[in-house]
Amino acid sequence: MAKYVLPMERKKQEYLAERERFFAELPKLSRRDFFKTAAKAAAVATAFWKGFPPHSFQLIRVAEAKESQPKFTFAYISDTHILDKGLNHRFVKACQKAVDDVNALDPQPDFVLFGGDLAQLGKPEELSLGKQLLDQLKAPVRMMVGEHDWYLDLGEKWREMFGEPTYSFDHKGVHFIVLNSVIVEDYWTEPKMTPMERMLAMAQLDNPNGRPFMVGEEQREWLKKDLAKVDKKTPIVIFSHSPLYKYYRPWNFWTEDAEEVHKILAPFETVTVIHAHTHQVLTHRLRNITFHGVLSTAWPWPYAPQGIPELTVQMVRADPFNQFDGCGWGSVNMRPDGQADKHYVLWDRNPMTVTFDHVRRGKQGMAELAKPLQGRVDWPSY
Amino acid sequence: MMMRPVGFLGLISAAICAVVFALRVGAKQPVKHELPPAPDGKSKVVGLCDGQTSVVVPGVAAGERMSPEQARGVADELMRKYEENKVLAHGGAAHTEREMRVWEAELKRTIDEGYKLFHSPELGTNGISCDMCHPDASNTHPETYPKFQTQLKRIALLRDMINWCIENPMEGPRLSDDDEKMKALEAYIISTRKGVPLAPGKH
Repeated sequence: MAKYVLPMERKKQEYLAERERFFAELPKLSRRDFFKTAAKAAAVATAFWKGFPPHSFQLIRVAEAKESQPKFTFAYISDTHILDKGLNHRFVKACQKAVDDVNALDPQPDFVLFGGDLAQLGKPEELSLGKQLLDQLKAPVRMMVGEHDWYLDLGEKWREMFGEPTYSFDHKGVHFIVLNSVIVEDYWTEPKMTPMERMLAMAQLDNPNGRPFMVGEEQREWLKKDLAKVDKKTPIVIFSHSPLYKYYRPWNFWTEDAEEVHKILAPFETVTVIHAHTHQVLTHRLRNITFHGVLSTAWPWPYAPQGIPELTVQMVRADPFNQFDGCGWGSVNMRPDGQADKHYVLWDRNPMTVTFDHVRRGKQGMAELAKPLQGRVDWPSY
Repeated sequence: MMMRPVGFLGLISAAICAVVFALRVGAKQPVKHELPPAPDGKSKVVGLCDGQTSVVVPGVAAGERMSPEQARGVADELMRKYEENKVLAHGGAAHTEREMRVWEAELKRTIDEGYKLFHSPELGTNGISCDMCHPDASNTHPETYPKFQTQLKRIALLRDMINWCIENPMEGPRLSDDDEKMKALEAYIISTRKGVPLAPGKH
């Protein structure tokens, strides 16, 4: 007797058949392509269970073809917000998940950027635990500081563990700069706040008494000197914890002296800023500078009520019942022309790649990126 | 089944008391009501919880039970005398500016208490606080409740989601629905959505 196949089951069988064909093609791919395609395939597998039609496979392969071959790749993990609450804490697990994911990359990235906010309240125990977690990474780690690491002891422990927060290095023809962009004017000395009171005030995103982040004059001077010896055609990549532009001041998604920093960068042809702090997908372009946000492993932040850069294709609102939704890590492919293709690994969602070609073509290019995401039947709202 | 007379009167008195106490803002202790003696020295005297109004029930001795009709009559009479004494703030008159200020201050106190709880890890056990995911109470959309919460597979109120967050991401003990902390949290969250149209059931 013929067995009745439920529509959902039939869809699953179609999918599995397609998956079979897809993987049959894999041996033709190079090692690098294999890794990339496999990551996409895993994403499709995830997407399927959320109601994605099987033919979405082809869409992703076509999109893949447009991405140019990278000169090199680096990965990032950011905003882990480790608390001193034992190894079973959800933020520890999330950080470990990102470390495991990055360690599973083959080939390994040239290095891993840590985007800051390793700790939640800047405590030595939190920073140490965070360091232990990151020490498992196989690739070299480049550290950046966030306000959660800094404001308990004004960076004393962090510097002891990781060195100076402001530095630059050259890698395969790209000049990288790491800034401490979480400087704020002193509002704690006068009211005699304790170190922990200061830390808690800085840790509160929606603190109405907070002060805006800045790079500050001292670092801007350092930046000028550092860039003086760099050729104007050399691609520049800046790592900044704060967005290095003005997005939404009430949540300190903001860098007060952004324009002054942009002015220093203006003579350079190719500048990319990778910034943390905002825990969300963000894309922005101002003249010669392309800005990309990064994901947090700990929790996603809602988009601010105003000021979202218009190029941004927003990530889907996270399901609060899934700890990992809206969180993740990512990587950046540096292209031979020095521009960056930015890859977001959103756990339990489709990954998202914002290529420089998308950004270069402005709103139209980004609309193409957004297209496959829109009109989804399973677009959730919680 | 016939309602017990005392119960009936009690119900009305309780309703009036609720109004009176709402007006006697800041009063921590219930008002002690010294009832005047009955003119005949033996009739029942019933007092209202405002501490002032009372009526004598002729034909019913102190300690004796009233009939439902008598009880209803007593309740009506208490209410009439109460209105007459203009104890009710809006007894035919507009709210005074002072009243408005007092009520606003009271509401603010509750909202502030909610703000404090919302921004503190004290509701949980793992250092996580509500504001970490919901700055300015964003993405809490209280105006969409009640609604069918798909993940819970049942109708949920805002407080059910507050408790879900306390128990899961924050790993804390759930609050009872009438917990002052729950009221304060709801007050803060809802206050951030002032002017947003109610949209129960919205997804």
